Amino acid sequence: MAKQSSPSLFQRELVGTAIRESFVKLNPAVLIRNPVMFTVEIGTVIMLLVTIYIALSGDTSQGSLGYNIIITLILFITILFANFAEAIAEARGKAQAESLRKTREETPAKVIRTLGRMKLDEVEIIPSSQLQKGDVFLCETGDIIPSDGEIIEGLATIDESAITGESAPVIREAGGDRSSVTGGTKVLSDRIKVLVTTQPGESFLDKMIALVEGASRQKTPNEIALTILLAGFTLIFVIVCVTLQPFAEYANTPITIAALISLFVCLIPTTIGGLLSAIGIAGMDRALRANVIAKSGRAVETAGDIDTLLLDKTGTITIGNRKATHFYPAPGINQTDMVRASALSSLADETPEGKSIVELARSGDFGTDVTRSLSIEGATLIKFTAETRSSGIDLPARLNGNGRATAGQNTDVIRIRKGAVDSIRVMVERAGNVFPAETDKKAKEIAANGGTPLVVAENDVVKGVVELQDIIKPGIQERFQRLRRMGVKTVMVTGDNPLTAKFIAEKAGVDDFIAEAKPEDKMNYIRHEQTGGKLVAMMGDGTNDAPALAQADVGVAMNSGTQAAKEAGNMVDLDNDPTKLIEVVEIGKQLLITRGTLTTFSIANDVAKYFAIVPALFISSIPALQSLNIMRLNSPESAILSAVIFNAIIIPMLIPLALRGVEYKPIGASALLRRNLFIYGLGGLIAPFIGIKLLDLVIGVFI
Amino acid sequence: MKTHIGPAIRLTVVLLVLLSVIYPLVVAGIATFAPGGGKGETITVNGRVVGYKRVGQAFTEDRYFNSRPSAVDYNAAGSGGSNKGPSNANYLKTVQARIDTFLAHNPGVRKEDIPSELVTASGSGLDPDLSPAGAKIQIARIAKIRGISADRLNQLVDEHTEGPLLGLFGPSKVNVLQVNVALDALK
Amino acid sequence: MFTDGMGVIAMYALTVLLAIPLGKYIAKVYQGNPSRNAGSALDFIAPLERLIYRLGGVDPNRQMNWKENLVALVTINLLWFIYAFFMLLFQGSLPLNPDGNPSQTPDLAFNTAISFLVNCNLQHYSGESGLTYLTQTAVIMFLQFVTAATGMAAMVLVFNALRTEVADKLGNFYVYFVKSITRILLPLSLVVALILAFNGTPASYDGKDTIVTLQVDTVGVSRGPAAGMIAIKQLGTNGGGWFGVNSAHPLENPNYLTNMVEDISIILIPIALVFALGHYINRRRLALVIYGVMTVGFMLLFFPSLFAEISGNPAIANLGVAQPLGSMEGKEIRLGAAASAYWGITTTATSNGSVNAMHDSMTPISGAMQMLDMMINAFYGGVGVGFLNFFVFLIVAVFISGLMVGRTPEFLGRKVEAREMKIASLIAILHPFLILVSTAISSYTLVNMPDADWAVKPGNWLNNDTFHGFSEMLYEYTSSAANNGSGFEGLGDNNFFWNFTCGLVLILGRYLPIVGPVAIAGLLAQKKYVPESSGTLPTDTGTFGLVTFAVIFIIAALSFFPALALGPLAEYFSLR
Repeated sequence: MAKQSSPSLFQRELVGTAIRESFVKLNPAVLIRNPVMFTVEIGTVIMLLVTIYIALSGDTSQGSLGYNIIITLILFITILFANFAEAIAEARGKAQAESLRKTREETPAKVIRTLGRMKLDEVEIIPSSQLQKGDVFLCETGDIIPSDGEIIEGLATIDESAITGESAPVIREAGGDRSSVTGGTKVLSDRIKVLVTTQPGESFLDKMIALVEGASRQKTPNEIALTILLAGFTLIFVIVCVTLQPFAEYANTPITIAALISLFVCLIPTTIGGLLSAIGIAGMDRALRANVIAKSGRAVETAGDIDTLLLDKTGTITIGNRKATHFYPAPGINQTDMVRASALSSLADETPEGKSIVELARSGDFGTDVTRSLSIEGATLIKFTAETRSSGIDLPARLNGNGRATAGQNTDVIRIRKGAVDSIRVMVERAGNVFPAETDKKAKEIAANGGTPLVVAENDVVKGVVELQDIIKPGIQERFQRLRRMGVKTVMVTGDNPLTAKFIAEKAGVDDFIAEAKPEDKMNYIRHEQTGGKLVAMMGDGTNDAPALAQADVGVAMNSGTQAAKEAGNMVDLDNDPTKLIEVVEIGKQLLITRGTLTTFSIANDVAKYFAIVPALFISSIPALQSLNIMRLNSPESAILSAVIFNAIIIPMLIPLALRGVEYKPIGASALLRRNLFIYGLGGLIAPFIGIKLLDLVIGVFI
Repeated sequence: MKTHIGPAIRLTVVLLVLLSVIYPLVVAGIATFAPGGGKGETITVNGRVVGYKRVGQAFTEDRYFNSRPSAVDYNAAGSGGSNKGPSNANYLKTVQARIDTFLAHNPGVRKEDIPSELVTASGSGLDPDLSPAGAKIQIARIAKIRGISADRLNQLVDEHTEGPLLGLFGPSKVNVLQVNVALDALK
Repeated sequence: MFTDGMGVIAMYALTVLLAIPLGKYIAKVYQGNPSRNAGSALDFIAPLERLIYRLGGVDPNRQMNWKENLVALVTINLLWFIYAFFMLLFQGSLPLNPDGNPSQTPDLAFNTAISFLVNCNLQHYSGESGLTYLTQTAVIMFLQFVTAATGMAAMVLVFNALRTEVADKLGNFYVYFVKSITRILLPLSLVVALILAFNGTPASYDGKDTIVTLQVDTVGVSRGPAAGMIAIKQLGTNGGGWFGVNSAHPLENPNYLTNMVEDISIILIPIALVFALGHYINRRRLALVIYGVMTVGFMLLFFPSLFAEISGNPAIANLGVAQPLGSMEGKEIRLGAAASAYWGITTTATSNGSVNAMHDSMTPISGAMQMLDMMINAFYGGVGVGFLNFFVFLIVAVFISGLMVGRTPEFLGRKVEAREMKIASLIAILHPFLILVSTAISSYTLVNMPDADWAVKPGNWLNNDTFHGFSEMLYEYTSSAANNGSGFEGLGDNNFFWNFTCGLVLILGRYLPIVGPVAIAGLLAQKKYVPESSGTLPTDTGTFGLVTFAVIFIIAALSFFPALALGPLAEYFSLR
């Protein structure tokens, strides 16, 4: 499932499903979960009975039959609109999730049967849906992985594009932090044995689909609190409308049931009541579109509240790894010579640092021929070890490009080494040579600037020092600034020494950093922040991140991470993109804002509706109250009709907003409140005045 | 709740002594130094108490400055307003009747000059005052009955007009009892 | 008319000028360690307080959580009810009854006891004949002190919960209760009482006098130790007067100076308490915003009423007489229309309920504004409880605006969640529920059984017909629910129906709005304190003030729109 731009909100097939669902949701047992719309349903039923009564008896004291039929229909449509909002949101979410799920349906799985504790070599092919937790299956080149699981043996390159949309294959191997595989992805090479870690129907994706579907969707804390508030409003208006009957009786003003129920339905917050669950589902859906699987709606909502964000330096703040940026030759060493030695030492070095040294050497700034003639045929690779803390290459002397013998007695082998300052110093000094003071000084300078010095020596003679720098991702400063304006504190987690960490932290613009971080440091930092009442989010992939992911209020595990990490977190990022946290925070905020603004809009609408309906109720018997009819609506009937119609059609008109969400702007809480209050509060105040007046004009043409 | 019953009873007793015995006695004690000794200021004519300075009384005879209508007929054993709503039809009839009565007793007065205070009841039913305008509109009548010049009466009303507090705050008023006592003394 | 306007301006300006230092002082009073001196001006009272604690069996150092505090509050209130009920029931046979007034009937005693217990002071009797000097001082005046102090103590409990360092214990109800009396209510009352006494209000225990007037009518003049009680009825937002017509009575409110003092006393403590909040929890800007919202609301209610009163009654104008002083039915010459309109709004804003003019006779707009004031019941509000009501609106506003900025709502560092919303919603519903349902019941009774064989036939309840009659009923229950106590006094309310229904409304309208906010505060205090960050919505801004105002307007005001339309608004439009 490739990452894609949001498709049209109303795709034809989705609309079809949604319309069907709108009727299914009329079931009172389902609708009672939404107290606001439930009361509308009760009102509709009452109106239906009244209409039937009028039709049978011909009694017109409750208004004409046609008028009552129209009111009943509009109320009915109001509920359908609300149901449709929820249904279309569900349909979109489900479609999104289904397309993910399709990739993994009924894939044949090669299960390795066990006999007691012994694994048999025999492989049995069963449908993936029959895989049980604890089963072990085998995957070879070209196989589709049938289920989520953890590699217990082997290594493989895997194409995860089905899930992440990223075409570059990734390597997954047993043991380590990259041992997790996802169902639906494809093994490109090699062979792995995978342990099934979830029951069928319980994978993250299954959970997500269930969340989007109504049945298992639990209301989030804020949604519950808001539902309570809305129920409170509804109750107030029940009281207002029920008591109006005896008041009117006192004033000798008969009020029709249609008018009372219309007033009630218009006053209760049907707009937000109808859109509330759609907003929640749409939030989950937006997370899914960002390729983040949230395990609960609560997690998405909490993301909006995050105060502190823990980010790994590598991959998030800096581009993957360090890059060579400069060659500094030791005194008396020719630069070309030094560059050549550095390049030679790295030619066979597969690490990103090594590659970047070759890249820099080839960049042409150091003479075109420096690297062209390089060859490492017959050379011995010296791998990095923890003891030597250096790596390099041993070259046969004859292959030395120009045949120039370098200093040193042992001329048949040229030993080039590069490594940390201390390790090279020990090596050089053990050979009786001097470690140049200038190189030492340069190395310190580099470190102070946040770089990593790498000293290059040839046959125990220092050639110079290579500067490796962390490259800060372009645009990351702006993102941190944005976060700061959102009130989120960013913390960089790195294994670098404090000096380097500080430099990068300042350069990237993060607020704090944890240097020389061990897994427990993250944990401690999170705990510390939490005791201060902060909500903390972090991203992690390794097993040793699991406790911290569990401790964090929002823990985003990378899909490539271990099963333990994925279990511990409450979201999984399918893209393995560490900057995703920022997006997640915004999705969370957007969710709350959409709810808040639509609530405000809905409540603000009441002012106009009062002024439409209350005069309409009374003017026939108290003409003086015509003065309250500030919109100068045609007649009581047309005023009431206009109000209910407006009340109904505003729901579908706002569905796109509910699904897309109200945009979050990091302009500070007060300014944001002002902005939203202006648009949705003032807008909500004015819009119905205009809408109802227009409807009244139109209705006036017909009656 | 049980643990709080003891303190509740004891606190109540202690506070009753402080608030309902000591406090009002202290106020009453200090008030003996106030004008009227804390019993209300009275006005005496020829050794006879004719009224309380602050409490209005009925003046319905044409030879006196009439006081405002009262819902309790100025019996200060109680107090009360009419509590008639502004749109009450019966009430408006009463007011109309008062206007007619006033015009009958004060020939020459134009209806639009009658200040509404003279045809509306006060809140307490014991309003001791009239506005200067409310007093002056009655001068012609009193002058005629008593045979005193209107100018003299005008002057009398002015003398008994109490201006706003500090000259700045609140309305001007004429104490009806005091001006009528002075009126009687003019003879 | 100019000096009338000046008088009103002076009253408001003086109130605020006095409230600023008083607020600071009050904060200090409550901050003080119970057993040591608070460093405030009245520290010499401390020994008296220690004596009260000792005799009262109270440990002033004991900290209690919100539930314990509420139990203490409810227990002592229950005791007062029983005490007051029986005193009133047997007052005729008890001493200090120079005028020989009778005992109250059980339903009137029930209504009166509750009415004063809940700081409402709705009076279905007239002070001159319905009470004795014993019950005036030992029941009515006593309750006026202690119920005001109860409200203030409850408010301090909420204040405590808003302090950052508080977790569970909200302080000691008894301490705040006693200090409210000894350091705030009693000293201020003494000052006000003496000003009144020296301006002509009776203070002695002499009974009713009889005089022969200049016109040789024999009339009685009621008197009594009124000055002390009038002081606390004004300061404690009680409102129940010594005399039947309250501060319209020339002995209860002898001149314009006393009117200023009494009217200032109505809103002085309510405003000072808002400032005290700022000092107490060290958030002065927040206090200022709250004050601002309250003041805007207050002024929006006051000005229409003022203009309506000084313009006079259109129906009277139609009769052809001049209205140079404005609408004068039910008003006093020495006070004037402007000061009466101002009093009408201050007294309904603060759940005081004393009057200096008959609200029943005021113009429909004033009636509407006064009712709206009580329906909202949070623009300044009663001592202590006014803030508690406002607090509920604040919580709702915090919730809505918190969502609007994309964050789980929090108030002063504490998250507002479902439980708090549940309580806040209930309390917000309560007021419309009590007022509208009870008015509906009385309307129904009136229309459908006007000739029921009761002591007072429902058909004879009303002193006015049509819209105004409806306003009389609506006003009575609004006043009861808001614990205000003023009334459209034309209503025939001293009978079983009204005594009983108002009594119920009074109890519910008092205790739930105390219990609710204290419970919310208690729950909030138990939550982890979250220091504010730049993502937190500041609540001390004008924008937030606007949201609060909108919440109040839409929840509290608009739900009464249909009812008001049938009462005062219909009357207003038909009068034009």
